[in-house]
Amino acid sequence: MANAVQDPLSEASLADPPIQLLDPSGKLSTDARLPLDLATVDLPALYRDMALVRRLDTEAIALQRQGELGLWPSLRGQEAAQVGAAYALYDRDMVFPTYREHGVAWCRGLDPVSLLGLFRGTTLGGWDPYAHHFNLYTLVIGAQTLHAVGYGMGLYRDGSTGSGDPDRDTAVLAFLGDGALSEGETNEAFIWAAAQNLPVVFFCQNNQWAISAPYSVQSRIPAAQRAAGYGFPGIRVDGNDVLACLAATRQALDQARSGGGPTLIEAVTYRVNAHTTADDATRYRAAEETEDWTARDPLERLRAHLETTGAVTDEYFTDLEQRERDLAERLRAGCRGLADPDASSPFEHTYAQMPADLRQQLREHLEFVSTGPQDGEQK
Amino acid sequence: MTVSMVKALNDGLRKALTDDPQVLLMGEDIGRLGGVFRVTDGLRKDFGELRVVDTPLGEAGIVGAAIGLAMRGYRPVCEIQFDGFVYPAVNQIITQLAKLRHRSAGRISLPVVIRIPYGGGIGSIEHHSESPETYFAHTAGLKVVTCATPNDAFHMIQQAVAEDDPVVFLEPKRHYWTKGEVAPATEVPLEQAVIRRAGTDVTLIAYGPTVPVALEAADIAAEEGRSVEVVDLRSLSPWDVTTVRASVHRTGRAVVAHEAAFSHGFGAEVAARLQDEEFHFLEAPVVRVTGYDTPYPPSRLESDWLPGVDRILNAIDRSLSY
Repeated sequence: MANAVQDPLSEASLADPPIQLLDPSGKLSTDARLPLDLATVDLPALYRDMALVRRLDTEAIALQRQGELGLWPSLRGQEAAQVGAAYALYDRDMVFPTYREHGVAWCRGLDPVSLLGLFRGTTLGGWDPYAHHFNLYTLVIGAQTLHAVGYGMGLYRDGSTGSGDPDRDTAVLAFLGDGALSEGETNEAFIWAAAQNLPVVFFCQNNQWAISAPYSVQSRIPAAQRAAGYGFPGIRVDGNDVLACLAATRQALDQARSGGGPTLIEAVTYRVNAHTTADDATRYRAAEETEDWTARDPLERLRAHLETTGAVTDEYFTDLEQRERDLAERLRAGCRGLADPDASSPFEHTYAQMPADLRQQLREHLEFVSTGPQDGEQK
Repeated sequence: MTVSMVKALNDGLRKALTDDPQVLLMGEDIGRLGGVFRVTDGLRKDFGELRVVDTPLGEAGIVGAAIGLAMRGYRPVCEIQFDGFVYPAVNQIITQLAKLRHRSAGRISLPVVIRIPYGGGIGSIEHHSESPETYFAHTAGLKVVTCATPNDAFHMIQQAVAEDDPVVFLEPKRHYWTKGEVAPATEVPLEQAVIRRAGTDVTLIAYGPTVPVALEAADIAAEEGRSVEVVDLRSLSPWDVTTVRASVHRTGRAVVAHEAAFSHGFGAEVAARLQDEEFHFLEAPVVRVTGYDTPYPPSRLESDWLPGVDRILNAIDRSLSY
């Protein structure tokens, strides 16, 4: 351990700089490895969604501070990676998120209030994973990568990949973090996807920190370089550049849908806030590092571009501010309105048909709950 | 000295590291951060990163590597961050850690401790409130223990480290910040149950997180004129049948309380042994108060789902009704 520790921005990382299409000052550039037809990109919409997603995150943190949520894993700093990746999806593509993909959920059209129940303790899920082709959050690190593989195997068997029919071919987008690279299951997912040439895109948001462990605890090379060892392409993009994230994901999903197999995308970004609201990042990382990354803010650069190019009017920003306020209000009211689940719900959803023995337990439980606290004591 | 369970564990681990240079700690976020519950706070600073190891994010790796370290003469103490995250390591625990002594005809000894914060009642999200004890207690070759007081936390963790067999050390996270007196030494062996409160009418058997709940229930029962004896099992594998039998022999009645699910839970083992060995002395069936046979519910439902004081009192009533 001691002799393998490197700085996250070490020599190894710099040897393979992430591809960038929009620099921190808001200037566009091109890269032959990652062509992007700007005519196909709605820049004002991208910025609007990133700004709304940030507001969603800020509001959820506030709700946690007020005791309305038990916990919240903040996505701050990762808006470009998530919104960029989500913009590359077709509706029918299936997404397997971790527990931090609030930005992807937003772009998939989920009611943002539904993201709060899990963290309020009113549900273990909160939405229909099939309605928006967006699976429930997976809290166990790396577990979802194999679910994405299996879904991809199903697509292959259905003839929904590589058919050449643009209305049919479908891909899977699996999110993971840098910490998940160390789980055995992630390794198995890469192997399965490679060996069966599955239509799965692995989108790794390398936000530099797995709770308190810097990236160097997980790896001595950039994540994207690992793909070569499994036999599929890896691409490393600036995760704070929404255009690079969009272009890379679009390219990889196109390839997956057309039967070209998996890709690993490493979006180099930064977890600006602590791991969750229960974590204290000052215990393990320097404030200067966070400040340095904050200067590379994903929203600022696109805003700078929109302003300098005159792509939007003042009205656009006024309207956006109103939308942000409306969203915040919707979240506050929605959160407080989330009802506690019925006492019977855990019993009802354990099996397709409740076994007789469990039904008896439910009867006893409901009888106990209905009698209420006795003698003023807690139950 | 009065300290929290977290501090008692920290002190116990510090003593283990000081007393034996072969002891080392491994886990996710245990060094720089001091663990998500701060159980290892300050230990990396004092013992260095070779003895307090921040591991990559892989539980199979933590336990698998601990086995290799133990074969090289070390005594690793692994931390699994939460109960619900132990499962990637379960392959290593069941197929290797538990079986290598047997497989090697006694040549390989694996003095590995696996610390797991467990149990519910903390208002947390999924995978952070589970009670996986019977998976381990059902696996021969593992010892499974759980502390319920700061004093036990301090002494039992050191005893676990000194064991030559692998020990799954379950820490009731709901009581991490409960304070209690810690004595400088102990005479109680790791595997011995302890009578926390003497009584004559019914024996209430608990362990880990349900011990304080059982004591509270016993207090209320006493106000109603019922004398409840509370036994803290402390060790689930092996478990102290002798102490439990002796108590039930006196009271003629037994209630078992645990957070883990009802069916196939540890209470079933206790009930089976008691009916087998104390059949003629039992005045009532052994009553179990447990979690239900469902996955752990959303936290808004957990206070009713968990075996709380009222459900334990109802069980005592039921036992006494025979």
